[in-house]
Amino acid sequence: MINNAFIFIIVSIVLTLLSLLLDRKKTVMGLKKGWKMFQNIAIPFLNILILVSLALYVVPPSLIVKYLGPGSGWGGQMIAAIVGSITLIPGFISYPIASVLIKEGASYAIVATFMTTLMMVGVVTLPLEIAYFGRKVAILRNVLNFITAIVIGTFVGFIL
Amino acid sequence: MINFLRRKKQYLWLFGFLAVTLASFVFGFNPGKEVFGNFTQFFIEMVTFIPFLFIIVGLFDVWFPKEQVEKHIGQESGIKGILIVIVLAMLQAGPLYGAFPVAYILYKKGASIKNIFIYLGAFSSLKIPMLGMEIGYLGIQFTLARTLVSLPLFIAVGYFMEWYLKDRDFKINKI
Repeated sequence: MINNAFIFIIVSIVLTLLSLLLDRKKTVMGLKKGWKMFQNIAIPFLNILILVSLALYVVPPSLIVKYLGPGSGWGGQMIAAIVGSITLIPGFISYPIASVLIKEGASYAIVATFMTTLMMVGVVTLPLEIAYFGRKVAILRNVLNFITAIVIGTFVGFIL
Repeated sequence: MINFLRRKKQYLWLFGFLAVTLASFVFGFNPGKEVFGNFTQFFIEMVTFIPFLFIIVGLFDVWFPKEQVEKHIGQESGIKGILIVIVLAMLQAGPLYGAFPVAYILYKKGASIKNIFIYLGAFSSLKIPMLGMEIGYLGIQFTLARTLVSLPLFIAVGYFMEWYLKDRDFKINKI
Protein backbone atom coordinates (compact mmCIF):
# COMPACT_ATOMS: atom_id res chain seq x y z
CA MET A 1 0.00 0.00 0.00
CA ILE A 2 2.82 2.42 0.88
CA ASN A 3 4.49 1.57 -2.41
CA ASN A 4 1.28 2.30 -4.26
CA ALA A 5 0.91 5.65 -2.56
CA PHE A 6 4.48 6.46 -3.59
CA ILE A 7 3.70 5.73 -7.22
CA PHE A 8 0.74 8.10 -7.12
CA ILE A 9 2.66 10.85 -5.38
CA ILE A 10 5.59 10.65 -7.78
CA VAL A 11 3.45 10.41 -10.89
CA SER A 12 1.27 13.32 -9.83
CA ILE A 13 4.30 15.52 -9.05
CA VAL A 14 6.04 14.66 -12.32
CA LEU A 15 2.86 15.24 -14.34
CA THR A 16 2.15 18.54 -12.59
CA LEU A 17 5.68 19.82 -13.27
CA LEU A 18 5.54 18.68 -16.87
CA SER A 19 2.16 20.28 -17.33
CA LEU A 20 3.38 23.52 -15.71
CA LEU A 21 6.28 23.62 -18.14
CA LEU A 22 3.93 23.23 -21.08
CA ASP A 23 1.04 25.44 -20.04
CA ARG A 24 0.52 27.22 -16.74
CA LYS A 25 -3.13 28.09 -17.24
CA LYS A 26 -4.12 24.60 -18.27
CA THR A 27 -2.32 23.17 -15.27
CA VAL A 28 -4.18 25.39 -12.83
CA MET A 29 -7.43 24.45 -14.55
CA GLY A 30 -6.62 20.75 -14.28
CA LEU A 31 -5.70 20.97 -10.61
CA LYS A 32 -8.92 22.85 -9.90
CA LYS A 33 -10.91 20.21 -11.76
CA GLY A 34 -9.24 17.44 -9.82
CA TRP A 35 -9.85 19.21 -6.52
CA LYS A 36 -13.52 19.65 -7.40
CA MET A 37 -13.91 15.96 -8.23
CA PHE A 38 -12.18 15.09 -4.98
CA GLN A 39 -14.56 17.35 -3.05
CA ASN A 40 -17.52 15.69 -4.70
CA ILE A 41 -16.58 12.23 -3.55
CA ALA A 42 -14.88 13.04 -0.23
CA ILE A 43 -17.93 12.94 2.07
CA PRO A 44 -19.70 9.96 0.47
CA PHE A 45 -16.37 8.21 0.51
CA LEU A 46 -15.81 8.83 4.21
CA ASN A 47 -19.32 7.54 4.88
CA ILE A 48 -18.55 4.35 3.04
CA LEU A 49 -15.34 3.94 5.01
CA ILE A 50 -17.43 4.19 8.18
CA LEU A 51 -19.79 1.51 6.89
CA VAL A 52 -16.92 -0.76 5.87
CA SER A 53 -15.28 -0.28 9.27
CA LEU A 54 -18.52 -1.28 10.94
CA ALA A 55 -19.07 -4.25 8.66
CA LEU A 56 -15.52 -5.41 9.26
CA TYR A 57 -16.21 -5.43 13.00
CA VAL A 58 -19.54 -7.23 12.68
CA VAL A 59 -18.66 -9.78 9.99
CA PRO A 60 -16.01 -12.25 11.15
CA PRO A 61 -13.24 -12.99 8.62
CA SER A 62 -13.99 -16.71 8.91
CA LEU A 63 -17.37 -16.06 7.30
CA ILE A 64 -15.76 -14.25 4.38
CA VAL A 65 -13.21 -17.02 3.93
CA LYS A 66 -15.94 -19.66 4.03
CA TYR A 67 -18.21 -18.08 1.42
CA LEU A 68 -15.80 -16.02 -0.66
CA GLY A 69 -12.45 -17.67 -0.02
CA PRO A 70 -10.44 -19.81 -2.42
CA GLY A 71 -12.18 -22.92 -1.11
CA SER A 72 -15.69 -21.68 -1.85
CA GLY A 73 -15.41 -22.62 -5.53
CA TRP A 74 -18.23 -22.01 -7.99
CA GLY A 75 -20.72 -21.28 -5.24
CA GLY A 76 -18.71 -18.32 -4.01
CA GLN A 77 -18.21 -17.03 -7.52
CA MET A 78 -21.95 -17.24 -8.23
CA ILE A 79 -22.71 -15.34 -5.01
CA ALA A 80 -20.23 -12.65 -6.07
CA ALA A 81 -21.64 -12.46 -9.60
CA ILE A 82 -25.25 -12.22 -8.46
CA VAL A 83 -24.57 -9.67 -5.72
CA GLY A 84 -22.46 -7.64 -8.17
CA SER A 85 -25.24 -7.72 -10.76
CA ILE A 86 -28.11 -6.62 -8.56
CA THR A 87 -26.39 -3.99 -6.46
CA LEU A 88 -25.72 -0.53 -7.74
CA ILE A 89 -22.52 0.51 -6.00
CA PRO A 90 -20.56 3.38 -7.53
CA GLY A 91 -17.14 2.26 -8.70
CA PHE A 92 -15.10 4.42 -6.39
CA ILE A 93 -16.92 2.98 -3.41
CA SER A 94 -16.49 -0.63 -4.47
CA TYR A 95 -12.68 -0.54 -4.37
CA PRO A 96 -12.26 -0.17 -0.60
CA ILE A 97 -14.84 -2.93 -0.16
CA ALA A 98 -12.95 -5.19 -2.58
CA SER A 99 -9.65 -4.47 -0.88
CA VAL A 100 -11.10 -5.40 2.53
CA LEU A 101 -12.59 -8.60 1.09
CA ILE A 102 -9.16 -9.63 -0.20
CA LYS A 103 -7.44 -8.77 3.06
CA GLU A 104 -10.01 -10.83 4.94
CA GLY A 105 -9.44 -13.87 2.79
CA ALA A 106 -11.69 -13.62 -0.29
CA SER A 107 -10.09 -15.04 -3.43
CA TYR A 108 -8.91 -12.92 -6.37
CA ALA A 109 -11.22 -14.79 -8.73
CA ILE A 110 -14.24 -13.93 -6.63
CA VAL A 111 -13.32 -10.29 -6.13
CA ALA A 112 -12.62 -9.88 -9.87
CA THR A 113 -15.99 -11.46 -10.67
CA PHE A 114 -17.74 -9.18 -8.19
CA MET A 115 -16.05 -6.04 -9.52
CA THR A 116 -16.73 -6.94 -13.12
CA THR A 117 -20.42 -7.71 -12.68
CA LEU A 118 -20.74 -4.56 -10.60
CA MET A 119 -19.43 -2.54 -13.52
CA MET A 120 -20.81 -4.41 -16.51
CA VAL A 121 -24.14 -5.88 -15.41
CA GLY A 122 -26.94 -3.71 -14.12
CA VAL A 123 -30.21 -5.29 -13.07
CA VAL A 124 -31.43 -2.12 -11.35
CA THR A 125 -30.66 0.01 -14.40
CA LEU A 126 -32.12 -2.54 -16.83
CA PRO A 127 -35.34 -0.54 -17.43
CA LEU A 128 -33.25 2.44 -18.49
CA GLU A 129 -31.09 0.27 -20.71
CA ILE A 130 -34.22 -1.23 -22.30
CA ALA A 131 -35.46 2.27 -23.05
CA TYR A 132 -32.25 2.94 -24.99
CA PHE A 133 -31.55 -0.39 -26.66
CA GLY A 134 -34.82 -2.29 -26.61
CA ARG A 135 -35.68 -5.28 -24.46
CA LYS A 136 -33.90 -7.98 -26.43
CA VAL A 137 -30.57 -6.21 -26.83
CA ALA A 138 -30.46 -4.97 -23.24
CA ILE A 139 -31.14 -8.41 -21.79
CA LEU A 140 -28.71 -10.04 -24.20
CA ARG A 141 -25.96 -7.59 -23.28
CA ASN A 142 -26.46 -8.17 -19.57
CA VAL A 143 -26.57 -11.95 -19.87
CA LEU A 144 -23.46 -11.97 -22.07
CA ASN A 145 -21.63 -9.70 -19.67
CA PHE A 146 -22.67 -11.82 -16.71
CA ILE A 147 -21.07 -14.85 -18.35
CA THR A 148 -18.05 -12.80 -19.42
CA ALA A 149 -17.58 -11.58 -15.84
CA ILE A 150 -17.41 -15.13 -14.55
CA VAL A 151 -14.89 -16.02 -17.26
CA ILE A 152 -12.84 -12.90 -16.41
CA GLY A 153 -12.92 -13.75 -12.70
CA THR A 154 -11.83 -17.30 -13.35
CA PHE A 155 -8.90 -16.23 -15.52
CA VAL A 156 -7.80 -13.52 -13.10
CA GLY A 157 -7.86 -16.06 -10.29
CA PHE A 158 -5.82 -18.38 -12.48
CA ILE A 159 -3.18 -15.72 -13.21
CA LEU A 160 -2.76 -14.35 -9.69
CA MET B 1 -33.36 22.17 -1.80
CA ILE B 2 -33.39 18.40 -2.10
CA ASN B 3 -29.72 18.53 -2.95
CA PHE B 4 -29.07 20.64 0.09
CA LEU B 5 -30.88 18.15 2.34
CA ARG B 6 -29.01 15.27 0.79
CA ARG B 7 -25.74 17.02 1.53
CA LYS B 8 -26.80 17.59 5.11
CA LYS B 9 -27.69 13.92 5.43
CA GLN B 10 -24.22 12.94 4.29
CA TYR B 11 -22.67 15.04 7.03
CA LEU B 12 -25.13 13.66 9.56
CA TRP B 13 -23.63 10.21 9.12
CA LEU B 14 -20.13 11.49 9.62
CA PHE B 15 -20.97 13.55 12.69
CA GLY B 16 -23.00 10.71 14.16
CA PHE B 17 -20.04 8.43 13.75
CA LEU B 18 -17.64 10.91 15.33
CA ALA B 19 -20.02 11.46 18.24
CA VAL B 20 -20.38 7.72 18.88
CA THR B 21 -16.62 7.32 18.64
CA LEU B 22 -16.01 10.12 21.11
CA ALA B 23 -18.54 8.58 23.51
CA SER B 24 -16.87 5.19 23.06
CA PHE B 25 -13.54 6.59 24.14
CA VAL B 26 -15.01 8.51 27.07
CA PHE B 27 -17.01 5.54 28.39
CA GLY B 28 -14.58 2.85 27.33
CA PHE B 29 -16.96 1.14 24.87
CA ASN B 30 -14.61 -1.31 23.14
CA PRO B 31 -16.53 -2.12 19.93
CA GLY B 32 -16.73 1.60 19.21
CA LYS B 33 -12.97 1.93 19.67
CA GLU B 34 -12.31 -1.03 17.43
CA VAL B 35 -14.52 0.29 14.64
CA PHE B 36 -12.72 3.61 14.90
CA GLY B 37 -9.42 1.75 14.67
CA ASN B 38 -10.57 0.17 11.41
CA PHE B 39 -11.74 3.54 10.17
CA THR B 40 -8.41 5.24 10.91
CA GLN B 41 -6.61 2.59 8.92
CA PHE B 42 -8.93 3.05 5.93
CA PHE B 43 -8.72 6.80 6.27
CA ILE B 44 -4.92 6.79 6.16
CA GLU B 45 -5.04 4.43 3.20
CA MET B 46 -7.35 6.85 1.42
CA VAL B 47 -5.54 10.13 2.07
CA THR B 48 -2.20 8.73 1.03
CA PHE B 49 -3.22 8.33 -2.59
CA ILE B 50 -6.67 9.57 -3.53
CA PRO B 51 -5.87 13.31 -3.54
CA PHE B 52 -2.92 12.52 -5.82
CA LEU B 53 -5.09 10.38 -8.04
CA PHE B 54 -7.39 13.34 -8.56
CA ILE B 55 -4.47 15.59 -9.47
CA ILE B 56 -3.63 13.10 -12.21
CA VAL B 57 -7.24 12.77 -13.33
CA GLY B 58 -7.74 16.55 -13.39
CA LEU B 59 -4.62 17.06 -15.52
CA PHE B 60 -5.69 14.29 -17.86
CA ASP B 61 -9.03 15.96 -18.22
CA VAL B 62 -7.58 19.26 -19.48
CA TRP B 63 -4.87 17.77 -21.69
CA PHE B 64 -6.97 15.05 -23.28
CA PRO B 65 -10.53 16.37 -23.43
CA LYS B 66 -13.00 13.67 -24.44
CA GLU B 67 -14.77 16.11 -26.78
CA GLN B 68 -11.63 16.05 -28.91
CA VAL B 69 -11.76 12.29 -29.27
CA GLU B 70 -15.50 12.31 -29.82
CA LYS B 71 -14.95 14.46 -32.91
CA HIS B 72 -12.95 11.66 -34.50
CA ILE B 73 -15.63 9.05 -34.07
CA GLY B 74 -17.25 8.03 -37.25
CA GLN B 75 -17.41 5.05 -39.50
CA GLU B 76 -13.79 4.08 -38.91
CA SER B 77 -13.49 0.39 -39.04
CA GLY B 78 -10.88 -2.13 -38.01
CA ILE B 79 -8.33 -1.64 -35.28
CA LYS B 80 -8.39 2.15 -35.54
CA GLY B 81 -12.12 2.32 -34.86
CA ILE B 82 -11.80 -0.03 -31.90
CA LEU B 83 -8.88 1.96 -30.48
CA ILE B 84 -10.75 5.24 -30.73
CA VAL B 85 -13.81 3.99 -28.86
CA ILE B 86 -11.63 2.45 -26.17
CA VAL B 87 -9.69 5.70 -25.68
CA LEU B 88 -12.96 7.63 -25.57
CA ALA B 89 -14.31 5.25 -22.95
CA MET B 90 -11.14 5.55 -20.86
CA LEU B 91 -11.57 9.32 -20.64
CA GLN B 92 -15.05 9.09 -19.16
CA ALA B 93 -16.19 8.84 -15.58
CA GLY B 94 -19.34 7.77 -13.79
CA PRO B 95 -21.70 4.81 -13.71
CA LEU B 96 -22.67 2.61 -16.66
CA TYR B 97 -26.03 4.27 -17.25
CA GLY B 98 -24.07 7.45 -18.01
CA ALA B 99 -22.61 5.58 -20.97
CA PHE B 100 -25.95 4.99 -22.72
CA PRO B 101 -26.40 8.57 -23.94
CA VAL B 102 -22.86 8.46 -25.34
CA ALA B 103 -23.69 5.14 -27.01
CA TYR B 104 -26.57 6.94 -28.67
CA ILE B 105 -24.21 9.66 -29.93
CA LEU B 106 -21.86 6.99 -31.31
CA TYR B 107 -24.79 5.31 -33.02
CA LYS B 108 -25.94 8.63 -34.53
CA LYS B 109 -22.43 9.32 -35.76
CA GLY B 110 -22.38 6.03 -37.60
CA ALA B 111 -20.20 3.90 -35.35
CA SER B 112 -20.58 0.16 -35.96
CA ILE B 113 -22.62 -2.08 -33.66
CA LYS B 114 -19.39 -3.81 -32.67
CA ASN B 115 -17.72 -0.56 -31.65
CA ILE B 116 -20.74 0.62 -29.67
CA PHE B 117 -20.63 -2.50 -27.52
CA ILE B 118 -16.85 -2.39 -27.24
CA TYR B 119 -17.35 1.16 -26.01
CA LEU B 120 -19.77 -0.02 -23.32
CA GLY B 121 -17.37 -2.74 -22.26
CA ALA B 122 -14.39 -0.40 -22.12
CA PHE B 123 -16.49 2.19 -20.33
CA SER B 124 -17.37 -0.23 -17.59
CA SER B 125 -13.86 -1.42 -16.94
CA LEU B 126 -11.15 0.88 -18.29
CA LYS B 127 -12.07 4.40 -17.15
CA ILE B 128 -8.88 6.13 -16.04
CA PRO B 129 -10.11 7.38 -12.64
CA MET B 130 -11.37 3.88 -11.83
CA LEU B 131 -8.12 2.28 -12.96
CA GLY B 132 -6.32 4.64 -10.60
CA MET B 133 -8.53 3.61 -7.70
CA GLU B 134 -8.06 -0.01 -8.62
CA ILE B 135 -4.27 0.28 -8.65
CA GLY B 136 -4.36 2.11 -5.32
CA TYR B 137 -6.64 -0.38 -3.59
CA LEU B 138 -6.02 -3.71 -5.27
CA GLY B 139 -2.53 -3.27 -6.63
CA ILE B 140 -1.04 -2.96 -10.08
CA GLN B 141 -0.86 -6.73 -10.59
CA PHE B 142 -4.56 -7.25 -10.03
CA THR B 143 -5.41 -4.27 -12.24
CA LEU B 144 -3.17 -5.46 -15.06
CA ALA B 145 -4.45 -9.02 -14.89
CA ARG B 146 -8.07 -7.91 -14.88
CA THR B 147 -7.72 -5.42 -17.74
CA LEU B 148 -5.66 -7.75 -19.91
CA VAL B 149 -8.20 -10.53 -19.48
CA SER B 150 -11.20 -8.21 -19.90
CA LEU B 151 -10.05 -6.38 -23.01
CA PRO B 152 -10.15 -9.28 -25.50
CA LEU B 153 -13.34 -10.58 -23.93
CA PHE B 154 -15.39 -7.46 -24.36
CA ILE B 155 -14.01 -7.00 -27.85
CA ALA B 156 -15.35 -10.51 -28.45
CA VAL B 157 -18.71 -9.48 -26.99
CA GLY B 158 -18.72 -6.57 -29.46
CA TYR B 159 -18.11 -8.91 -32.40
CA PHE B 160 -20.78 -11.29 -31.16
CA MET B 161 -23.35 -8.51 -30.78
CA GLU B 162 -22.60 -7.27 -34.29
CA TRP B 163 -22.86 -10.75 -35.76
CA TYR B 164 -26.14 -11.37 -33.96
CA LEU B 165 -27.77 -7.98 -34.53
CA LYS B 166 -26.60 -7.20 -38.06
CA ASP B 167 -29.80 -8.29 -39.78
CA ARG B 168 -32.21 -7.45 -36.97
CA ASP B 169 -32.56 -3.68 -37.47
CA PHE B 170 -30.64 -2.64 -34.38
CA LYS B 171 -31.25 0.88 -33.15
CA ILE B 172 -30.63 3.02 -30.09
CA ASN B 173 -33.44 5.30 -28.96
CA LYS B 174 -32.95 8.85 -27.86
CA ILE B 175 -34.31 9.51 -24.40
